[in-house]
Amino acid sequence: MSTKKASALAVALCLSFFAAGCKKKVNVPPPPAAPKAQPAPPQVSKPIVKFFSAEPTTIERGQASSLKWEVTGADSVSINQGLGTVSASGNRSVFPSDTTTYTLTATNGGGSVTESVTVNVTAPAPKPAPEAPAPKATFGEIIARDIQDAFFDFDKSDLREDARNTLTQNADKLKTIFRDYPNGTVTIEGHADERGSAEYNLGLGDRRAIAAKDFLVQLGVPADRLRTLSYGKERPQCTENNESCWQKNRRAHFTGQ
Amino acid sequence: MKKTIAFLLVLAAAALSQQRPDFIGAIMGSQKAAIAVPDMRGAGRAEGLMGVVNGTLFRDLEDAAVFKMVPKSMYPLRTPQQPSDFRKPLQYDPNNRNAAPWLQDWSDPPVNADYLAFGYAAEQDGQMVLFGWLFNVRQPDVATAQAFGKIYFGSMDETGARKVAHEFAADILKQFGVESLAGSKVFFVSNRSGSKEIWSMDYDGSTQKQITNYKSISTMPSVSPDGTRIAFTSWAFGQPQIVVHSLETLRKIPFLNPRAGANQNASYSPDSKQIAFSSSASGFSQIYMANADGSGVRRLTNTRSVEVEPKINPKTGTDIVFVSGRGGASPQVYRMNSDGADVQRLTTGEGQATNPSWNPQGTHIAFAWTRGYDPGNFNIFVMDVNTREYVQLTSGAGRNENPTWAPDGKHIVFSSDRSGRSQIWTMLADGSQLRQLTSAGINEKPAWSK
Repeated sequence: MSTKKASALAVALCLSFFAAGCKKKVNVPPPPAAPKAQPAPPQVSKPIVKFFSAEPTTIERGQASSLKWEVTGADSVSINQGLGTVSASGNRSVFPSDTTTYTLTATNGGGSVTESVTVNVTAPAPKPAPEAPAPKATFGEIIARDIQDAFFDFDKSDLREDARNTLTQNADKLKTIFRDYPNGTVTIEGHADERGSAEYNLGLGDRRAIAAKDFLVQLGVPADRLRTLSYGKERPQCTENNESCWQKNRRAHFTGQ
Repeated sequence: MKKTIAFLLVLAAAALSQQRPDFIGAIMGSQKAAIAVPDMRGAGRAEGLMGVVNGTLFRDLEDAAVFKMVPKSMYPLRTPQQPSDFRKPLQYDPNNRNAAPWLQDWSDPPVNADYLAFGYAAEQDGQMVLFGWLFNVRQPDVATAQAFGKIYFGSMDETGARKVAHEFAADILKQFGVESLAGSKVFFVSNRSGSKEIWSMDYDGSTQKQITNYKSISTMPSVSPDGTRIAFTSWAFGQPQIVVHSLETLRKIPFLNPRAGANQNASYSPDSKQIAFSSSASGFSQIYMANADGSGVRRLTNTRSVEVEPKINPKTGTDIVFVSGRGGASPQVYRMNSDGADVQRLTTGEGQATNPSWNPQGTHIAFAWTRGYDPGNFNIFVMDVNTREYVQLTSGAGRNENPTWAPDGKHIVFSSDRSGRSQIWTMLADGSQLRQLTSAGINEKPAWSK
């Protein structure tokens, strides 16, 4: 039911209640004054997005950009790309693996307003060429270098859009790498942030690893070359007590053997 | 004698139960006989060990939570060392400094004790020998006052001093129908050796010992009720699996893990013959039961959600509490029959609820819940499983997790990072008498066993 309909119904209910009351008991003291009528819904003005920015707007892959926003007069505020419902003002670190446009939607009874910001992602600067021809990288080194982590929301194991993008790129690379290294296998580690219980996080990490594996297999990566291993929250890559760190730990991570 | 004590306890319990209608009062029992425990003296080489003897005795009695401990500052100056020191005066005069000790010294104000534990220690054939007595000082003469007197032997060192004191305390508690916690063990996980291993210690934090040495991650210990085996979760063999060790030989004994990405959270049935655990054999961590060696596996839950931490009711063996994120919700505590039927959510759905643990009577669970706090800020709660009434025992002091009950059903051991890093703490089931047991490294996942 829309807010508009709900308040109209509420006013109608109020009125009918008092009308019935008056009819029955004419001589008793009057009932308390009816509550002030709600302002008519159409008068509600749309929420105002004071600002929605990304700092910096251009990052190298793997780096963080900080989204900042402030909205007034909204009943709900959400940001796409898997960030979901957020508070009216705040900031969030994001780690897009590709150029990504984030759209903030602020909604109230008067309608909704959207604002978008784009984070441009560049490939990391190539490392200077080594003076001597480098020895051929091992399988493990190639996996560590080329296969990116996929990140998850708190208490969730379903794949966000950014995780799907990352895994799609990983699938292409893995198919090539497996062709070059016919004996290599990849372990997909499932990790969780520190906030849930260790027991539950072990189950959740297992789900994250399986979700990543299933997605890769769907894209044609041979299942018998992929193993899963949940660490839950036992092997965090970041130990600070904040969301940017927690996000880094909610991941499927790839190692080669 | 025992009858008199029992009768007094019933009276006291009846009087106090009106002040504390909550179920925590019922768990704690409300009887509080006042006991005086004056420092005992030692002869010869025993003298240097009396600090350990007196400290251990006082703490065992205090920790049992059945006595009102009379503060030592109230005690009379003349302290008996043996029953023959008591001399009944013709006319009792508390101010006569030359008079011999008498029962009224202890029963009158300001001491107001009901009981007096006293004695002395000496050296005999190179051994420590402790002579201990318990007197009911409300009685009119020495013959009727004596509840018991006993001799205890130990080695002439700190271990022996602790042993004789623990045994004296246990005998005193037995008079009140209470099993001493001395001798009970707390198993826990510590990283102080460089990796997470299983450790054990006495209930008061003394004698901390390393049990496993896998140099991997070994965690979530659970001891069989018969005390012969310990099951835990370890990455020592690749994916996390259940590993069982004998507590007699400390060696690994076989447990057949289902083929799964993760098998974890083993916990035993009351007869120690079954193990409930969680396994992701289906692709989702679900609740299973098997024989103690892992054979005869059967699946109890069937959802597409993460379900962990099954705990079998230690009294009935027929119901199981566990943690589930079913329905896409945040993890909550549920119960079911041991065949998987009649699943009911016990917690309200708020926050994250984890780590359920039955009390020995099988009536209440302690668990960790973030209700009222941000994600990750767990506090310890106790719930009456029948009525689902709950009481919060800790509030806001860091992360408080993995509560498990002592064999006496009155104490709870848990982990808390309130002092910095995660450490093992104990408290009474009413949230009082907090004690920190560990301090080296990170310590977590305590399990209290007989």
